[in-house]
Amino acid sequence: MKFLTTNFVKCAVKSCDASEKSFPLKYEECQLQSEEQEFNPAFIVSMLDRIDWDALVSVAADLGNRSIPAEKPENIEQNEALLRELHSLLLETQIVEGKMMCQNCGHIYYIKDSIPNFLLPPHLAN
Amino acid sequence: MDDVHADVRTRYEKLTEPYMDCTFKFEVVEYQGAKKAKKEQIRIIDSFKYLGLRGKIRLSNPAQVFTVLQSYSIEADLCPRSEPDYCWFGRQVGLSARSHGIVDRYEIAKRPYFGTTTFESELSLVTCNLALVKEGQLVYDPFVGTGSFALAAGHFGGYTFGSDIDFLALKGGRPGQKDIKRLKDNFKHYGTQTKFGDVLCMDFTNSALRKDLIVDTIVCDPPYGIREGLRVCGTTNLESAKLTENKLIDGEKAFLRREYVQPKKPCTLDFMLDDLLRFSAERLPVGGRLCFWMPAADDEDIPRLIPQHEKLELIYVLEQSFYRWSRRLLVYVKRDGSYTGKTVTKEERAHENNFRERYFNRFI
Ligand SMILES: C[S@@+](CC[C@H](N)C(=O)[O-])C[C@H]1O[C@@H](n2cnc3c(N)ncnc32)[C@H](O)[C@@H]1O
Ligand SMILES: [Zn+2]
Repeated sequence: MKFLTTNFVKCAVKSCDASEKSFPLKYEECQLQSEEQEFNPAFIVSMLDRIDWDALVSVAADLGNRSIPAEKPENIEQNEALLRELHSLLLETQIVEGKMMCQNCGHIYYIKDSIPNFLLPPHLAN
Repeated sequence: MDDVHADVRTRYEKLTEPYMDCTFKFEVVEYQGAKKAKKEQIRIIDSFKYLGLRGKIRLSNPAQVFTVLQSYSIEADLCPRSEPDYCWFGRQVGLSARSHGIVDRYEIAKRPYFGTTTFESELSLVTCNLALVKEGQLVYDPFVGTGSFALAAGHFGGYTFGSDIDFLALKGGRPGQKDIKRLKDNFKHYGTQTKFGDVLCMDFTNSALRKDLIVDTIVCDPPYGIREGLRVCGTTNLESAKLTENKLIDGEKAFLRREYVQPKKPCTLDFMLDDLLRFSAERLPVGGRLCFWMPAADDEDIPRLIPQHEKLELIYVLEQSFYRWSRRLLVYVKRDGSYTGKTVTKEERAHENNFRERYFNRFI
């Protein structure tokens, strides 16, 4: 699972939809791997429109990375150093194993073999 | 052909002006026609003499190619009609990916990873083409399986995500295979690895994608319940649901453990399709497309089985037929607030699309 994907997923339990605490999930006991990918600044810039910056900062902190600025900087397009850092974080960082916890309902999801599993037990599904 | 000439004669002067002195050649391209004798082709080409092109004719690498397109229909005796139904005349501006051998290159057997549900190469590419997948888009297949649509979307430049309820399909490998391959390896094989987003294991009806994430395009082949399960998370046995909720293993809640396997229960195609339309209407931007395949037995009142959503306009219904059943590629476009369609969910549809049951009863 790429770091980027953590910015797209919330708790799957329907009754958590309304709660702001269900996104982002809290990442724990994660095993990371770096997988090299060609640097494409235009792609990172285009993805930024879809990215929730606060969530990005908070998940980065879960994984021990505190170097991302708390506020989304202006003119990122011209900031190559930051674009490279985002590239390495969003696209090259793979979470191979780990836990994701919903901070609203406390449910725990697992990442196994690089694949996050959001299937729900019967009492939480509908 | 007479109509084509009548039309071309009224306006060719402006159109041919820039190409009067270019090297050129003519081509006659037919759909379903009988192969034409050289003489007949030349007769058609000569009939355009009045264009007065002054350039040299060059058969290989001409600067311009002028093409006569003819479409024939097939008679009851399976032979093409003698006259075409439609004719067009035009200047070639580009050729489709098909002419670069794409269908052959994406043949299923040539991929590192595939399975029993893998959708055929040609129609996966056609589906993504009709979905208008292009560079820079976020494309999502909610029933990704072995990822035929995702791979095709990646080819057209879409950044692709997929999800599936079947963890093993995502994890990859085939029985007896030592070197385990998965969807990502297919992207690597075709040199499109930068277009592979991720695959997630989830039940589409309990989605983990955040509500405000904009997905540009949705392409999929929903489960029919034949080669794969048509299932959602849950159990029909409420007793056992209660039990798992409270079950402890080593003092820990069983359902919170890494090894816990979430039970699944059957659901209906209609339920899944209604959810697919609702989901798409919520996440697609205006102009974004949803393309998926719907199976049905041939003797059903098929138009009345097609789901509708008030914000999605159904623009194409394209049929592929099999013995006693067929499936249709449905192409919907998300419209803005001024569009008022009618939502037709399973409650309002004439009857159930119980394709799975019909299939196993051989459509009798
Ligand atoms: C017809 S197959 C699609 C195959 C895919 N196009 C391919 O190329 O392999 C349907 C898929 O839907 C999955 N599926 C069934 N129920 C599901 C659900 N509730 N949520 C997500 N996926 C589901 C099945 O596991 C199966 O892989
Ligand atoms: Zn939750």
